[in-house]
Amino acid sequence: MLLPGALRARLAGTPGAAEPLPVERDPAAGAAPFRFVARPVRLPREHELFEDGDVQRHLYLQDVLTQVAEEPERSRVPEFTCQVAGCCQVFAALEDYQHHYNMLHGNACSLCSRAFPSGHLLDAHILEWHDSLFQILAERQDMYQCLVEGCPEKFKTSRDRKDHMVRFHLYPVDFRFDKPKTNKGPAMRGSEADLSAAALVDEGDVMEVCSDPAAAPPAPVGERRTYSHRVPSTICFGQGASRGFKSTQKKNKHH
Amino acid sequence: MWSRYPRRPGLVACGVEELRRRRREREAALRKARREQQLVSKRLLREEAPEEAGGECAAAVLGEAEVQQFLRLAQRGTEEKEREKALVSLRQGLQHPETQQIFIRLEGSMRTLVGLLTSNRALLQLEAARCLHELSHSEQSAVAEACLPATSYLLTYLSGHSSDFIELCLYTLGNLIVESEVVRRQLLPQGIVPALAACIQSPHVAVLEALGYALSQLLQAKEAPEKIIPSILDSLLPQHMLRLMQPGPKLNPGVAVEFAWCLHYIICSQVNNTLLITHGALSTLGMLLLDLAGAVQRTEEAGLELLACPVLRCLSNLLTEVAVEAMGGQMQLKDERIVAALFILFQFFLQKQPSLLPEGLWLLNNLTANNPTLCTSLLSLDLIEPLLQLLPLSNVVSVLVLTVLCNVAEKGPAYCRQLWPGPLLSCLLNTLALSDTEVVGQSLELLQLLFLYRPEAVQAFLQQSGLQALERHQEEAQLQDRVHALQQIALHG
Repeated sequence: MLLPGALRARLAGTPGAAEPLPVERDPAAGAAPFRFVARPVRLPREHELFEDGDVQRHLYLQDVLTQVAEEPERSRVPEFTCQVAGCCQVFAALEDYQHHYNMLHGNACSLCSRAFPSGHLLDAHILEWHDSLFQILAERQDMYQCLVEGCPEKFKTSRDRKDHMVRFHLYPVDFRFDKPKTNKGPAMRGSEADLSAAALVDEGDVMEVCSDPAAAPPAPVGERRTYSHRVPSTICFGQGASRGFKSTQKKNKHH
Repeated sequence: MWSRYPRRPGLVACGVEELRRRRREREAALRKARREQQLVSKRLLREEAPEEAGGECAAAVLGEAEVQQFLRLAQRGTEEKEREKALVSLRQGLQHPETQQIFIRLEGSMRTLVGLLTSNRALLQLEAARCLHELSHSEQSAVAEACLPATSYLLTYLSGHSSDFIELCLYTLGNLIVESEVVRRQLLPQGIVPALAACIQSPHVAVLEALGYALSQLLQAKEAPEKIIPSILDSLLPQHMLRLMQPGPKLNPGVAVEFAWCLHYIICSQVNNTLLITHGALSTLGMLLLDLAGAVQRTEEAGLELLACPVLRCLSNLLTEVAVEAMGGQMQLKDERIVAALFILFQFFLQKQPSLLPEGLWLLNNLTANNPTLCTSLLSLDLIEPLLQLLPLSNVVSVLVLTVLCNVAEKGPAYCRQLWPGPLLSCLLNTLALSDTEVVGQSLELLQLLFLYRPEAVQAFLQQSGLQALERHQEEAQLQDRVHALQQIALHG
C-alpha cells in the first residue's frame, strides 16, 4: 500500500486540521430507492468482524498461560541465612529469600512478632491487640472494622465482625487472619486456646519447637507483652518467625 | 520472574514447520469455538501439552495413596527440604486431570493444602500456591469449585508485597473465574473488586499483566453486564486502567494490551460508556493510537498488532455514544493526525495481520461519518488513492472502503469536486463488475452521490461503458431499483 510521502511527517506534526470544506446537502441524496445514510456503527462483542482479532488474542493468551505454569528459573547462590534477628532460615536462591522476607518480615508486628500477609491486616492487629485506647473506645462504639478491604462496616465485638464476614462476605469460619484474641500465653500447639490468632501458622504442626524450651512458658496477658520483649534475640524459634525485639520492622503508628 | 513473550522452552525441540502446523491447528480450533460462542472457556486457554515437549510432562499420574503420602509429608515432615519435595511431586502429579480428580475426592486434601498455603514456611506456601494453580487449569468446574476454600486467602495475598506470589495468585484467580459461575458468585462478595483496585497500584509489570488477565476473564462472564461491570465502574479501576494505557516512556505494551481488552469488554457491555468518556477514555485511546502508529514505523517490536486491535475497537465503539456528539466533538475528533495514524496502521496490518483491516476501516467509518473535518483531511492528506488500493482485497473490505467514500461524497459538491476527476470512477466501474450484492449495492449508492454533486462525471461514466456495467445487475432483486434509477440519471441528467 503506497502512502503519500508527507503522511509520516504529518503524524509527527502538530495537532489540528485544515478548515473543513463547506457541507452542502441535496435532499435527493440517499432518497429512495437509494438509502445511504452516513452513521457511526456500533459492533457487539460477538460480531463476526471481530473473529480474527479474538482468535489472535486467544493464541497469545495460550502462550502466556503455558509460560506462567512453567517453573521459573531460580538464580542459585551460595547458601545464606536470613538476617532478621531471631530468624535462622537458610536459602540458596534469591527469589526464595525474597518471598520469605516479604511474607514473614514484611508486615510483622514489632510488639509480638506475628507476621501478616498485608499492611492492612497488620494495622488491624496492632489496633485491636496492642492499643489500649482502642479497648476503651470499643466499650462505647463499634470499633471492629470488617477485614475485607473496601468494606466500611464496623462492629461492637470481634465475634460480630466474624459473623458479618462469614455471612456477608462468604469468608471461611476459620479464616486464619481473624482469630479472636485470647488471654492466654504463647500457643502450645494443639491446645484449645489457639493463640496463634492472626499469625501465619502451620496447621496441624507438631508443637512449635523452641530451641530453648525454657524460654516461653505461658503467662497472663499483661505480663505476656512485656515478657516477649525479654526474649533474648539470640533465641531462634526454629520456625522462621521473628520473635526478637530487634526486629527491623517497626510500626510506630500506634505508639 | 516468569519468562515473557517469545520464549517457549517446551517447543525448542520442534522445527519451524511443526510450529506452523500446530499454530494453524490451534487457530482453527479457536475459530470453531468462537463460532459456537464457546471462546470464553478454560479448555481453550491452555494449549494441549504436546507429548514430546519438555520434562514437565514426564510426571506420572498419582494414585490415591501417593497423593495422601505427599500431603502427609508436606504437612508433617520434619525436614524442610523433604516437605518441599513432597509438594513439588504433588504439583507435578496435579498436571494430570486424573490426579486432580483423586485429589479433590480425598477428604481433607484441600484443607491441608490451604493450611500449607497459609503457613509461615515461605517455600511451602509458594509450592502450595503452585499446586492450586495447577488445579485452576482444570476444565472440570468441579475441580475449580473444590478450590473455593482457598479464594479468600488468594484475595488476601493480593495486598501483600511478594510480587511473584501475587502474580501467581492472580493467574490462579483468573483461571478459576473463567471456569465456574459458582466461583465468581463467591469472589464478588469476598471483595475481589476492591482487592483488584488496590492491587492495580502495584509498580510491578508482571503483577499488572496478571491482574489484567484476571480482570479480563471476570469481564467476559455472561453475567458481567449486570453483576460485575457496575461495581467495576464504581471503583477506581477504570481510571487506573486508562492511566496504564497512557502513551509515554512508562507505557508497557504487555500491560496495556490486557487493559485494552478489559476496556473493550466494558465498552461492549454498554453499562456506562459516558462515564468512561468523562474519565478521558477517548483522549487516551486517541493518543495511544498515534503512539502505536509512530511505533510501527520505528521498531520491529513484536506484538504491536495485539495492542492495536482492542484499541481500535474501543475507540470505534465509543465514537457511537451520544455523549460524544453532546460534548461538541472533542479535540481528538478534529485532529487529522488520527487519520494519518490509521492509514499508517493499515499499511502495517497489510504486512502483519490483514484480518485487522476491516476493523480499522470500521473505525475510519465511525471517525468520518458525521465529521466534515476528518472527511476534508482524507482529501487534503491525499488518502483517497491509498483507500482505493484496498478495494480488491476482499468483499468485506470493499464494502467498508465504499462506505467511507460515501461518507465523504455525501457531504456535498465541495467534497465531490475533489473525488472526481481522479481514479475513483474507474475503480467504481471495476467494483460494478463484481457479483457480490453488497459491494455492488454500495457502489451504486456512491454513484448516485457522485452524479448528484458532480454531474460532469456522468459523461465520463458513459464513455467508460458504465451503462453496460449497470445492465449486468438489472435483474438482481436487491439492486434493480437503484440500477434503473441510475440508468435514468445517466441518460437524462
